[in-house]
Amino acid sequence: MNSAPDPIPLWLVAELTYTCPLHCPFCSNPVDFAQRGTELTTEQWQRVLREGRELGAVQLGFTGGEPLSRPDLETLVAHARQLGYYTNLITSGVGLNERRIKALRDAGLDHIQLSFQDSTRELNDFLSSTRTFELKRRTASLIKAYGFPMVMNCVIHRLNIDHVARIIELAEEIGAEYLELANTQFYGWAFLNRAHLLPTRAQLERAESAVAAARARLGDRLRIFHVISDYYENRPKRCQNGWGTTFIIVNPDGTALPCHAARVLPGLTFPSVRDSSLRDIWLQSDAFNRYRGTDWMAAPCRDCPEREKDLGGCRCQAYLLTGDVTATDPVCDKSPLHERVLDIVARTPQIQPSRPLVFRAPDNSQRFGTTAAAAE
Amino acid sequence: MNEISRHAIPRIARLYRFQWEPVQNAFVLLFPEGMVKLNDTAGEILRRCDGARTAAEIVADLERAFESDEIGPDVDAFLAEATQSGWIEWRAAQEHP
Repeated sequence: MNSAPDPIPLWLVAELTYTCPLHCPFCSNPVDFAQRGTELTTEQWQRVLREGRELGAVQLGFTGGEPLSRPDLETLVAHARQLGYYTNLITSGVGLNERRIKALRDAGLDHIQLSFQDSTRELNDFLSSTRTFELKRRTASLIKAYGFPMVMNCVIHRLNIDHVARIIELAEEIGAEYLELANTQFYGWAFLNRAHLLPTRAQLERAESAVAAARARLGDRLRIFHVISDYYENRPKRCQNGWGTTFIIVNPDGTALPCHAARVLPGLTFPSVRDSSLRDIWLQSDAFNRYRGTDWMAAPCRDCPEREKDLGGCRCQAYLLTGDVTATDPVCDKSPLHERVLDIVARTPQIQPSRPLVFRAPDNSQRFGTTAAAAE
Repeated sequence: MNEISRHAIPRIARLYRFQWEPVQNAFVLLFPEGMVKLNDTAGEILRRCDGARTAAEIVADLERAFESDEIGPDVDAFLAEATQSGWIEWRAAQEHP
């Protein structure tokens, strides 16, 4: 008899839209985003938020794409706040003018996470394919003026990792309470662009020193989260704190996923909030149960004393690097295929990418989203 | 702040939101992209940190509620820890909010 309580999806991630003014080549949206269905309506989202809250979800991320592209964002924030969510807006800052930030504050928005692509205008604007660096700085002032707690997020990779000390200074200058230095993980767009984006080990070590020095200098004034690429670990991370343990991601078209990259996995049919309640999706659907817990594991995970700790690691990474969804995440040095990761890392200092960066844009989505395009 | 002044008034800090979560059967502290699930004792203390009562009044109220007169030191210890964690902030009793 299994008496373990049902897991609670503490985190609901509402990807309101794939529309985005930015074109970052490490975007976490699926590569085939341009081929996806129509967006959920305001009323459909309101039902999803209510059902999530009934399941116990308490953290709510409004993201996209750029969630400010949805004119009903304020309505949804107000609804969510009334339901008791802690509401996080995860934004590029584009579209956050004074009228909207005031409306969001009045709606009860709790926190804003603002992305930068780099500490320099040149690289920020190159990576996003926009002229937004100055705009983001102005947006940061607006966020502070309206009293919101602010997380600054910067995705870190080979092209900007040498700027980490300066990126930390930027976070201080704009008054962020937290800084997330999220090293690129290689799925989706980042996987396509891995030859450009994976840093070298020497770069990573320099960045870690810079972060340690900044933490010593700043203490509690700015909390810095530095999550390194799995490729430089020898143990895998839990997938989203464990498949079907904590997160529900709802795509703009209503597809519900245990992890934002999971659509690449073969052999799974993901449920839609258009057809099922969030409760049925969370508790009953094959997709959310398939890699929940440890029963699905093969060797060496099945017999590993650490299997409860990392729950086998990331299913998408296992599939992308081995072709087998049920394989041990090969970043683990107990994986028989760990050599593949070591080879990729070893080749990185010399690698000459054979194609330019592929930017996240509808035409590239059409071109690269139809086939399982490979990393180099 | 290591020494808790019983005359000062604690309240939940600006970065945090404190609320009851029925599904978890617990009080929680919410902050940007995170949550702390509180045990019963922490929940009972923090729910009284409303920005109106002094630490002394909070202790007195807890002693009434739990019919004990020995919990003061535990409350002080928890308030010191909560201050260290940034969960609560203080103002002097004579200031007006």
